[in-house]
Amino acid sequence: MIEFDSSVLERPQPETASTLLQLNGLKTHYPIRKGLLGRVRGHVKAVDGVSLDIREGETLGLVGESGCGKSTIGRTILRLEQSTGGQILYKGEDITRYSTPKMRPLRTEMQMIFQDPFSSLNPWMRVKDILKEPMLAHGKATASTADAEVDRLLDAVGIPRSYKDRYVHEFSGGQRQRIGIARALSLNPKFIVCDEPVSALDVSIQAQVLNLLKELQKELGLTYLFIAHGLGAVKYISTRIAVMYLGKVVEIGTKDEIFRNPKHPYTRILLNAYPVPNPHLRGREKIVVQGDVPSPANPPSGCRFHTRCPFAQELCRQEEPPLAADGTNGGHAAACHFTL
Amino acid sequence: MSTTKLPTLAQAGVPTLPEIENVQVEKRFRQVSRRFARNKMAVIGLFFCIALFAIGLFAPLLQPYPPDQVSGEFSAPPSAAHLLGTDQIGRDVLSRLISATQVSLLVGFATVAIYVAFGTLVGLLSAYYGGWIDTVFMRITDMFMAFPFMMVILVVVSVVGPSLFTIIAVLALFSWPSIARLVRGSVLSLKQADHVRAAVSLGLKTPRIIMQHIFPGALAPIIVNATFGVASAILTESGLSFLGMGVQPPTASWGNMLSEAQSISVLSDQPWLWLPAGLAILLTVLAINFVGDGLRDALDPKQ
Amino acid sequence: MLTYIVRRLLIFVPVLLGITIINFIIVNMAPGNPVDMYIDPNMSPEIIEAKKEALGLNDPLIVQYVKWLGTLLTGDLGYSMSSYAPVAQLVGERIMPTVTLGLAALVLALLIAVPLGILSALKQNTKIDYFVTGLSFIGTSIPNFFLGLALIYIFAVNLGVLPTGGMQQLGGDGGMWDRVRHMILPAIVLATAIAGRKVRYVRASMLDVLKQDYLRTARSKGVHEFWVTNKHALRNALLPVITVVGLEIPILLGGAIITEQIFQWPGIGQLTLQSMMSRDYPTIMALNLIAAIAVLGANLLTDILYSAADPRIKVG
Repeated sequence: MIEFDSSVLERPQPETASTLLQLNGLKTHYPIRKGLLGRVRGHVKAVDGVSLDIREGETLGLVGESGCGKSTIGRTILRLEQSTGGQILYKGEDITRYSTPKMRPLRTEMQMIFQDPFSSLNPWMRVKDILKEPMLAHGKATASTADAEVDRLLDAVGIPRSYKDRYVHEFSGGQRQRIGIARALSLNPKFIVCDEPVSALDVSIQAQVLNLLKELQKELGLTYLFIAHGLGAVKYISTRIAVMYLGKVVEIGTKDEIFRNPKHPYTRILLNAYPVPNPHLRGREKIVVQGDVPSPANPPSGCRFHTRCPFAQELCRQEEPPLAADGTNGGHAAACHFTL
Repeated sequence: MSTTKLPTLAQAGVPTLPEIENVQVEKRFRQVSRRFARNKMAVIGLFFCIALFAIGLFAPLLQPYPPDQVSGEFSAPPSAAHLLGTDQIGRDVLSRLISATQVSLLVGFATVAIYVAFGTLVGLLSAYYGGWIDTVFMRITDMFMAFPFMMVILVVVSVVGPSLFTIIAVLALFSWPSIARLVRGSVLSLKQADHVRAAVSLGLKTPRIIMQHIFPGALAPIIVNATFGVASAILTESGLSFLGMGVQPPTASWGNMLSEAQSISVLSDQPWLWLPAGLAILLTVLAINFVGDGLRDALDPKQ
Repeated sequence: MLTYIVRRLLIFVPVLLGITIINFIIVNMAPGNPVDMYIDPNMSPEIIEAKKEALGLNDPLIVQYVKWLGTLLTGDLGYSMSSYAPVAQLVGERIMPTVTLGLAALVLALLIAVPLGILSALKQNTKIDYFVTGLSFIGTSIPNFFLGLALIYIFAVNLGVLPTGGMQQLGGDGGMWDRVRHMILPAIVLATAIAGRKVRYVRASMLDVLKQDYLRTARSKGVHEFWVTNKHALRNALLPVITVVGLEIPILLGGAIITEQIFQWPGIGQLTLQSMMSRDYPTIMALNLIAAIAVLGANLLTDILYSAADPRIKVG
């Protein structure tokens, strides 16, 4: 089990911090081609109008079931997928349509840690080469200084230097994830998208990696977008949490607000699914979710959650509830007509 | 130059791994060769190929007579002077057989080298860039694949005029599409791999991503396909030479040596004129195919 | 499925057009032309020129191509330049022998490959398995002309039980048996490489199926092993084998050239060689085009059969 550091819960939020990354109505749709001429017959709306802001030094947890578009958001921010609408602002700069060469200098500021520690490291390269490659490509090190940099990175993630000549297939999942973290750090970034970085690891290893991420954040002043499908890790590491359902953010707020006073029925359901040792939540009635997740190619009308919501009314079927504006500037907001 | 201070993990309470001694790590190459060695036929095939290379390399020293010159009676049966007899105009069959080894190996390897390089390039670009480049490249591939191989090669050779160079060029011209498709398929799946996404997010340049992060993953099927390709090129060349559309006399090739055996009298009365050349092709192609089979199993990541 | 087929057929159009262009370019790279082949040294240059003009050989390439394509679209394959007969007629005369021989070889190949492949899979990693695998390697590695010559040497020359070539005995109608006797050796030669490949395919396919869970269930229920193999495994193992038979068409066509040459079999393959020797462009181009259409058609058929046989594979 993960040991929770209870002091984090009380840590004051840096209210004055400036916005590092801002998403304005971000959309990432994938065309579905069918028929005689391969005409586009519809879209998978993986991300369908998401507005968020991530402030310097914080960790925004992004939670939702698989297929809700949370990983697509991460990949779209890093321009691994092309958005189909909306804006991505990094330090106020609109990078939504930046070309590959124009994006390149920004790569040193924004990095990613991947979910699968097995497929995310090149199996044909030695550890030291995996770490050197980005530094050399961006002129962050020269051939003569790169080795020292590699040692420094390995020290930081707790991999002994003597392992650097090995290939990644000789490492365990947790060790690989540390190498992945070292690679993300190699360019000395400010912002890291952590795409479910611990969900593929054993529970005992999860805590180690989470602690490592936290410690690195503290020392280096990193900003994280921490994507996860469950609330466990998110609770431990996040400053604020955004809950996603079918391509949309349904609730956003500080960690305490989300855990103590969830406003959206879906958030409640997620909290129920997570075995919380929190006595505040124990007395609450359990909400049971009904049915399957609808297809993101053809989301339900009105509130997207109405097909599964135990409180759904006629209004929910017809009108889509907006996410209150204070959701994008640090407040607590839920996209629900009948907030709990 | 990065000067950032990085934390040490003792502070974070994260256990570090124990230092390791410099244990000899099993390299991928060693692993593959160990698996390859388990396949007896593949090993025999490999030794046969090595021997063949030696013969090709030292052909001038090994030939008892100049292969293109008359050195004895017409159609003499095997004797001490001519171990495999002489052909219809009195040239030493053994010498011609040895000399033809060079031709076969040259055709096999040159053809494969050319079309594997070209097909790999087409496949890589097609899959990596996608879009209209992919569509155009794949349509062209379809066109080349729709030609019945032997037929179109014969047509081109007959039009351009048969020569060693023509044969290599034409075989390569109509062999690349299969490699292009193969490479395209593996690149398309590799493109989705997280380590390639990581390479993009690290801001590496496209040629580097293709060569360092995608190409190695496509290498194993390319190697296997290329090995079978050598066998197939040798087989096709011998067929062309047999039909008189390949290597032209007096240059010896296994195929054109057999070509002279098409008359019933040679066939029935002078087996030394066609049996050795036929067996040489069979054994060479067989050996290379065994090597290819062994490589396929040894390189299979699922094993 | 229907839209898939129509779409594939639409893709054929540019592919076929491309094929005609490549075809035309290849043929026109030729240094000589048919008139050169039949030049009488005494012929005056004027007459040669007139003959070339009449054959349209002096037109620019693009004009020649458009002309040829135009007549092609009317279904006219042109006139053979060497025998002065319509190409369609020449091809028509030759097509049946090749198709008959090809079908015979295909059937023979499957008759050899299916039982051997199944046997090999059931006896996996035994001497029998190694022997069959070895045979299949020899089958794919032996040059067809060498095999042809060896078979003639053994069966026609030494044993004298089969004819050395031709489609029937000279001058007469020897009846059905005579035709079959003439077909045996060429069919074996054509079938060998295909059988060699198919054995390994059947074996792999059978091993795949044998690993499946439902077979284990069937076995655990106490059904007799042989019955299990027969009923469940066989159908599932052979379906993919049969459906990809279409992919052998190009190999059959290629093999036909050499085999028909060795056995004097009057088919398309022999016609190809003859027209190449005489630089008979219209015939060469027509044959190439017909062969390409056959290959494209066979590929399409294979894809359709494959998806029809395996519901897991979706096309479109």
